[in-house]
Amino acid sequence: MATESRDYTEATETDRELTMSRAMVEAIAWEMRENEEVFYMGEDVADYGGIFSSTTGLLDEFGRDRVMDVPISETAYLGAAVGAAQAGMRPIAELMFVDFFGVAMDQLYNNMAKNTYMSGGSFSVPMVLTTAVGGTYNDAGQHSQTLYGTFAHLPGMKVVVPSTAYDAKGLMHSAIRDDDPVVYMFHKRLMGLGWMPSPSGPKTGVPKDDYTIPFGEADVKRPGDDVTVVTLGLHVHRAMEAAEQLDDDGIDAEVIDLRTLVPLDTETVLDSVRKTGKLLVVDEDYQSFGVTGEIIARAAEGALDDLSAVKRLAIPDVPIPYARSLEDEVNPGTEDIAAAVRELHE
Amino acid sequence: MVSVTDLQTMYEQMVTARHYEERLVDEYLVGKQPAFDISAGPIPGELHLAAGHEASGAGVCMHLRDDDTVTAPHRPHHIAIAKGVDLKRMTAEIFGRKTGLCRGKGGHMHLFDPDVNFACSGIIAQGCPPAVGAAMAAKKRNTDSVAVAFLGEGAIDQGGFLESLNLAAVHDLPVVFVVEDNDWAISMPKDRVTDVQNGAQRAAGFDLPGVRIDSDDATAVYEAAGEAVMRARDGNGPTLIEVQVHRRMGHFMGDAEAYRPEADIDRAKQRDSIERLAEDLRSHGVTDDELDEIRERAHERVEEAISWAKEQPEPDPEEAYENVFTNPPAQAATDGGSATDASGDADETGGDN
Repeated sequence: MATESRDYTEATETDRELTMSRAMVEAIAWEMRENEEVFYMGEDVADYGGIFSSTTGLLDEFGRDRVMDVPISETAYLGAAVGAAQAGMRPIAELMFVDFFGVAMDQLYNNMAKNTYMSGGSFSVPMVLTTAVGGTYNDAGQHSQTLYGTFAHLPGMKVVVPSTAYDAKGLMHSAIRDDDPVVYMFHKRLMGLGWMPSPSGPKTGVPKDDYTIPFGEADVKRPGDDVTVVTLGLHVHRAMEAAEQLDDDGIDAEVIDLRTLVPLDTETVLDSVRKTGKLLVVDEDYQSFGVTGEIIARAAEGALDDLSAVKRLAIPDVPIPYARSLEDEVNPGTEDIAAAVRELHE
Repeated sequence: MVSVTDLQTMYEQMVTARHYEERLVDEYLVGKQPAFDISAGPIPGELHLAAGHEASGAGVCMHLRDDDTVTAPHRPHHIAIAKGVDLKRMTAEIFGRKTGLCRGKGGHMHLFDPDVNFACSGIIAQGCPPAVGAAMAAKKRNTDSVAVAFLGEGAIDQGGFLESLNLAAVHDLPVVFVVEDNDWAISMPKDRVTDVQNGAQRAAGFDLPGVRIDSDDATAVYEAAGEAVMRARDGNGPTLIEVQVHRRMGHFMGDAEAYRPEADIDRAKQRDSIERLAEDLRSHGVTDDELDEIRERAHERVEEAISWAKEQPEPDPEEAYENVFTNPPAQAATDGGSATDASGDADETGGDN
């Protein structure tokens, strides 16, 4: 079984570029071929292939027994995934939009996340919860959230947020093989959908063979000496764009893609902060009690003496509004990131 | 028996709703062709159109007053129109404008109009519990208001619906649940995900009346809903109605419906509830000229609403910080103190906060 080459450039050096959707599906199909115990269930995952192309082609290869359309009954089928996982299978269950978690919260928060612990380790819950996250296409408050913090907050769930096709595949292999529940959050805007164009970044080279990316290893996307920018998901690409702009002005930003929230790679963040002394954290979740606050707290705990300035950009504690002018206001953009870095650099 | 005047009113609601959806198709596709980009154009985001569902909204809402509550799902336009939601401000909301029903914050699947007690939820079946709550309030206050929850057939497997049936039944609350069965939950046909073909059967398990209307015949809906609303108003508890409707424009705009057999699409288009009602009206002696007049009036109303909406200003970005709370904490701002004062001063939207 291949493991990740830490030389990212080398690993992605291949003529074969895939969208994030294709890369994710490739890993799922590989695992389903290898292991009869892996199956996928969700709404519109069979004939439709997933509303955000998370299961394209799987029905044709594996049939309805293993690629199951389910009733709009999230409590029942997500809870059933917990039960099947406890019985030793490796279900992948899709929550169409992460925003829909509310109707099945008990199964996720009180069963999926806690049964391993409450059983004193006598049960495992080796399931993957795949779910689409994020806004930028004006779908308003019930279909645009990321809820990164909501899932990372409660102990017992591993939380994965790929930002490229390469990561999407490696993290999916790791997620399915993991003996714990893994929440795999894919950003709609990064999937490479024809009807929701992606930025150029997420489409990368992807090796044909299987490979895993260990959880808890952040990726330094761009080394820099002046300011550390820690982010994930869509905002990795916005931060990279901002870093390019800043480079023209002689500001050297280091961009870190967390890749997984649980476990969180604190060391990579601290190493960077010790070097730059300045920290900007950017995400697409609500600002308060969330990812940005957590990263800053860890930086303060681990490298307070090295820190001279911190800042964060997130959704400023309002539900995601519908109108374009309003959503653009609250979702941190490339310019916002560049401006915040400049401010820190002064 | 339904009067000819009521039939004409229903016809007008239905042709208004149909024309509205047809016009929204045109407006929605602006900026989205040749390459379809969901976030481009004057109406961004998802758009779930209700062409083929008109009979249900019109037939039920004919029995409702402004003080009766309606909750609608992600496909709400025909219901909103039949309930008397302000069409101009609803349209402005769909265009994401400042003077929209929700000041541009809700969009097409989250329409709220307190003047006629209309609300939505974009989450499947989650409009049911609030409808039960409105009915609870009516009962506690000894009014004869009722509440109606609209949902799709895909929603009848959801806990929020089933729990609502029980809560309404055990307290004899004045609620009517209206299931619009268009055969498809996005790409999932009913028989793949639901083990009953007649959704009204769900009622039996909760000891309340369940009625299925096998065709989207506005008159039949009118009659069944009349009985159910009267039963609720008289304090005799909830009713479940399922109406066969048809999905003529895909689940959402941009849905190529590759999963759907051609024959099914054709069948849906052949069964036109509006044409059926026009036949009924003709058989009652209404002339083609009179029908034309109704249609023209409806079309004009739709055009006026769309033109008005397009002239409305977009929200100022700072408005994003308003309305999180009705009574904002003195220091609610968490964005570094730059949030604007959200004290909710009266403004030109005429909102009633």
